[in-house]
Formats: sequence, structure tokens, C-alpha cells
Amino acid sequence: MVDQPDIHNDDWNGVIDNPWRRLRQFTAARIGLGRSGVSLPTKEMLAFQLAHAQARDAVHTPLDFAALIQKLETLAEQYPLLNPEPPLKLHSEAVDRMTYLQRPDLGRRLDEASRVLLRQEQQTPEQPFDLALVIADGLSATAIAHNAVPFIQALCEELATDKQEWKLAPITLVEQARVAVGDDVGELLNAKTVLILIGERPGLSSPDSLGLYLTWAPVRGLTDARRNCISNVRPEGLNFSEAAYKAGYLLRESRRLQLSGVQLKDRSGALLESADDLTETTEKTATLEHSSTAADETITTESGQAAALHSTAEAKNFLLS
Amino acid sequence: MHKAYRYSLGSKTYEFRNLADLMARATPARSGDRLAGVIARSAEERAVAQMALAEVPLKNFLNEVLIPYEQDEVTRLIIDEHDALAFAPISHFTVGDFRNWLLSDLASSEMLAKIRRGVTPEMAAAVSKIMRNQDLILVAQKCRVITAFRSTIGLPKRLATRLQPNHPTDDMNGIAASILDGLLYGSGDAVIGINPATDNVAQATRLMKLMDEVISKYGIPTQSCVLTHVTNTLECIEQGAPVDLVFQSIGGTEATNASFGFNLATLAEAEQAALSLQRGTVGNNVMYFETGQGSALSANAHHGLDQQTCETRAYAVARKFNPLLVNTVVGFIGPEYLFDGKEIIRAGLEDHFCAKLLGLPMGCDVCYTNHAEADQNDMDNLLTLLGTAGCSFVMGIPGSDDIMLNYQTTSFHDALYARRVLGLGPSPEFEIWLEKMQIMSNAAGACLNEALPPAFAASLKTLPAGNSESEVSNG
Repeated sequence: MVDQPDIHNDDWNGVIDNPWRRLRQFTAARIGLGRSGVSLPTKEMLAFQLAHAQARDAVHTPLDFAALIQKLETLAEQYPLLNPEPPLKLHSEAVDRMTYLQRPDLGRRLDEASRVLLRQEQQTPEQPFDLALVIADGLSATAIAHNAVPFIQALCEELATDKQEWKLAPITLVEQARVAVGDDVGELLNAKTVLILIGERPGLSSPDSLGLYLTWAPVRGLTDARRNCISNVRPEGLNFSEAAYKAGYLLRESRRLQLSGVQLKDRSGALLESADDLTETTEKTATLEHSSTAADETITTESGQAAALHSTAEAKNFLLS
Repeated sequence: MHKAYRYSLGSKTYEFRNLADLMARATPARSGDRLAGVIARSAEERAVAQMALAEVPLKNFLNEVLIPYEQDEVTRLIIDEHDALAFAPISHFTVGDFRNWLLSDLASSEMLAKIRRGVTPEMAAAVSKIMRNQDLILVAQKCRVITAFRSTIGLPKRLATRLQPNHPTDDMNGIAASILDGLLYGSGDAVIGINPATDNVAQATRLMKLMDEVISKYGIPTQSCVLTHVTNTLECIEQGAPVDLVFQSIGGTEATNASFGFNLATLAEAEQAALSLQRGTVGNNVMYFETGQGSALSANAHHGLDQQTCETRAYAVARKFNPLLVNTVVGFIGPEYLFDGKEIIRAGLEDHFCAKLLGLPMGCDVCYTNHAEADQNDMDNLLTLLGTAGCSFVMGIPGSDDIMLNYQTTSFHDALYARRVLGLGPSPEFEIWLEKMQIMSNAAGACLNEALPPAFAASLKTLPAGNSESEVSNG
């Protein structure tokens, strides 16, 4: 029998701590949580609930488009590279969030009113735009609210160093959008390249990951094989200047080679990758959990997670010493 | 094309184009079938379709294949391997009779094992569509499927766990930290299985070696698996890596599997290669498969079938290769296939029932993503229901949070909860080991020791002290 501890003692909190919690120096996994009986201690249970609540809010809180537009207009005053026209607010065919979550096909298409608006816009320019920036809520409004403007600022600085001129279309903002909606926008604006900034599916520890997807010669109906992706853009993942550097590289290469997607990866020596829409369950992840379909060695090369730590200097593992 | 099915309700006659259409309309509602456009158009149509399905003779499923024999190797597998002798005792039943029989006392564990090879996936799927959740639990609980490698899976009153120590950069010490956490919480008797962040042969080999050394050093009666593509594992075997189990995600149509980059011949080759290593001690089941409703539609390879029928066809693929473990990853795929906790729970119970009826060692990744309408309470419900149904194994992960795959599954703590409230022990070999290593004082009762077990205390001592957890940001 276990001795009955004195539960009236001030030190007693009902929790059996785990001395191996210090192994958290090696991982962000929730190890060494301790236990109450065999269950989660109160503090850990509530911490988890908070993380889940934040991830849920990231999915369901509507993006504050007015505030975002205001910030973008201020940014445009600072950076002449950006089109001086006010951002255009658009909407996908998914009428609300519940529809959006269940009908990825509708989130990939602009609704008719947005198409009309863009056709009017497109009547003016005498030459095509080099780049259209599209901002989409995707699965995390939090990601856009936190990270879209700082990334665009970093991208402006990156492109300002380029010798060639970049003629940008007015920025567009799309509500209830999936990645492919960017192709609709790019096509209607007559842009050579589209770069869509979209909120990724939030993880418990990463509710605000921003994804970037590039398409050369965007038209409706392209598949993920024609896109390149930069994932996990946020201060704790791939930071803004690194992300802008990678995006700048991609944009220049795409423009030089006049293509994007799998072929761009091949020709650039596996530095970059084409990628699936991370707001959706794609063929790869639909293999449940998990296996990727091909031996794609660079699967997370562009995410900050992998970039952070890949050296894995294999000193003797503690568990084997 | 096959015949239409009709059912009259009062003055109204409902018509279903063929057996596949009838099955789809009879399926309890879920978002993936809505997305595919095969869902019942009204609640009444669903109820009527279930009545019509209940009248369909089981024999029809042998004559009216849902995907043409010539077009699909999974259909060929199902038809060619059908055991007429095993089918004989149930061959005169309709789907409705089959449900009655399954629930009856005539359908003992022995009898269910006897007819198993006479049941096709489509028969299992059909009957599940007219069963309530309690029916799915009751019948699954009667089905016994026992497999073994270094531990034995599927014995009565046992619930095994897969220790899933994933890390976003495959950091070896990070993975080892999660393995240690899991072992000290009594997890890992089904398998220690890693989803690699970097998916190639060299990385898989590194991870296999790490797990092999840990298993040998501590004498753990379990097996390891790197969940990489089957062709990668084949290459690992050729290069002499210590492969225990071969993993592959599988689907229920040839086209789904082609989109995953393999066919039945690949799996046959892999099973033979793993068997040739003779690394099992108490058994020789060397395959590990994962499945999940919606994968065929996601691969645009569902041939107009509903997603649960596609899923069940994947079990024909699995049982051909004598797996140690199969699990459905039920809530991973997202709300466009299973929208909320109710749909996820229903699907988990269907998958478990159908697989057990067909003779598979079925476990479940009881899980959800943050954009699904589900939470920990839904997972508690499904875990408790599956534990009651005799589920072979569940996942175990630190604090339910998979920091690599960004979804939530059952934790080490959750498994101990289920073992305690349902009186379930770990696999017998592992139970002995847990007590020998002084991790538990009473492994059958899920009683963890308070003191750090000596063998692991020694390993922890080698670490430099004083490092705080703040060094790793949540990545």
C-alpha cells in the first residue's frame, strides 16, 4: 500500500511530477506533464484547452478586413513598389465559414460579383502586371492579422533590391478562400504571377502559420503541381525576412524561367518545392497520416520548422547512453 | 449496368440506380458523401434506402460488383479470394437477416471467425449501414483477432498502444524524449511508430536504428516502424536496416492505391522481404496499414461509391497481407469528409466493426484537426466506446498534441484512463516488462510507480542538468 499523503499539507497539490520534464530541452512535445492519478493535472488540462481555443478562434474568427485595408494603405504610402490603388475586397463562392469548411471546391472560386469587379479593374492597364499579391483568410484569420502586413513589408524591401522593375497589381483580399482562388484573381487581373498569402490549418502550438503560394501564368483549374509553397511563415517559424528572401528567389526564378511548380523545383536544384494546399487535406496528407506519396526529400524544406534545426548532430542519444 | 433497386413507401416509389447508389443513399449522413454528391437527398430517402438495403440478399454482393472486375484489382482480390465454404452458413441471408444473426447468440466468437472469409467488404459495409452504434460495438466485441510479432495484440480484455514520438525535424534526442515519456507511462506495446518529417531512405534508416537500439537496450517486447512509403522500407531492407514492420497507407480502390504509389504486388513483395528478416519472436505478422474514410474521394478515385464502402474495401487489401496492426485515422482527414464529433465517432465505430468482422487487428487513431467541429470530449467518447468494443490499439502521444502532423490524438494519459475504467491490460509480454522495469507496480491495474525506474534514471543522469524547457520554442 502507498502511504496516505497528508492532503491538508499546503504542499500537496495532487500532482505527481515527472523528473524527466527537463527533456523538453529537446522537444516542444508535451512531455513530462505529470499526473493526477493517471490523468492530466488541472494546470496542463487547462493549458491544452487554451491552445485548442486559440486554434479554434483562428479558424472561426472573421478576419477584420477594414483594419487590414487601412494597414495596407499606410504601407503603400511608405513603399512606392506597391500599387497606389486601394486594395480590392473579394469573396469566394463559399458564402459562409460552415460552407467553406465542407466545400473546398467553392472556396477555390471567386464569386460572380468579385469577377465583375476584377473585369472592370482590368480594363485600364495597358500591359500585364508582373505580380498580383492576394491575401486570403484561409483557415487562420489570426495568421493573416498577425503576419500578412509584416511579410509584405519585408517582400517590398526584398524586391526593391532587384534590378528589374516589378509592376504590381492592386492588392486583393479574398474572404472564405482556398489557395486556388489566387489563380482566378491573377487571371482576371492579367498578372504574370500570383502570390497568395493564406492562413494555414492551425496546429495546437501554431495557430498563426501563414502560407505563401506562387503560380506563374495563373488561370482557373490549375493543380497544386503548378504551384510553389513557402510554409509556416511567422516569427516563431520562418521569420519575415527569411520568408521574403525565399519568396524573392522564387519570384525571380519563376519570372526568368517563365514557369512555376514542380519544374521550378527541378531546375533550381531542389531548393524549393511545389506543394499541396496546406489549407486542405490533399492527396499526400490524405494518405492518412501521413505517408507522403513520393520520396520527396524536401517536403518541409521551406518551412521554418525544418529550417530551424536540421543539423541533428548525432551525439550519443541520452536514451542509449 | 446492374439493375436498379426500388422501394415503395405508400404511394411513393423510391428508385436507386444500382447497388452502389443504394448503399450510398443508405449511409448515415457525413460531409464527404455530400461533397461527392452521393448522399441521400432527404432524411426519408436515407431511411427508405436502409429498408431497401435490408432486403438485399448477401449473394447479390458477389454478382453485382461495385467497381468492375476488369478495372480494379481490389475488386478482383475480393471476388477471387471469396471463400464459398465459409459463406455457406450465411449465404441465404439478406442484409437485414445478417444484422439479426450477428446480434444473436448464434453468432459466437467462434462462429464469427468461421464465416469471416465468406464476408466481403461490401457485405460488411452494407450491414453496418443498418446498425446503430451499440450494434457496432456489441458485434465487434465478439470478434477475436489475434496477431503477434514481439508482443501479442488483440487478446480479450487488452488494449495496446502505439507510441508515436513524432518530431517536426526528426531530432533524435527529441524523438527519444517522447519515447521515454511514453514508456514511463506504459505506452508502446503495439508498436513504437514514427511518422518521419523528412521522408527518405536515409532518414528512415536512422530512425529505425534509433528505435532498434532502444528496444534492444531495454529489452522491450515490442516492435518498431517508420511510417514511410513501402518502397522506401523495401530499400531499407535491401540495405540491411533493422526493419520490424512495413508500413503503408492503403485505400479501397486500385486508383487510390496508385495515387499512393503502390499496388498489391508491391505489398506482397514487402511482406516477403520483412518475413525474410525473421525478427519476430512470438509471431510473424510484419505489416502495418493505415486507412481512413475519404481517402478515395480525396484522390478522385472513388468511382461514385460512398466513402465508408470505399474504406471497407481497403480491408480486403489489408487482410491479404496478414498485418500485425491496422488502424483507421478517423478524424485526420478534415471536416470536408467527417464534419464533427458525431460523424467522427460514427465513422470510428463503423471502421472498427467492419475490420473486425473481416478479421483484421483493428485499432484506431482517435483524432481530430482544429478545423473540425470536435474537441477532447468527443475523443473521450470515442475512446471509451472503442475500448468497450474491444479495439485492438489506440495511439499514444505526449499530451495529445502531435507537433509534427499538427493534429490531436489520444495521449499516454488517455490510454491509462481507458485501461482503468474498462479494466483492460496491455499486451501480456509488455505487462511483464512494465513490472520488471519497475514502471508499474500492477500493470493490469494501470498503477504507475511514483519513483523513477532505475534503468531510466541511469540514462537521465547522463544529461547535463539545468537546461530549461524554454530553450525550445513551440515549433
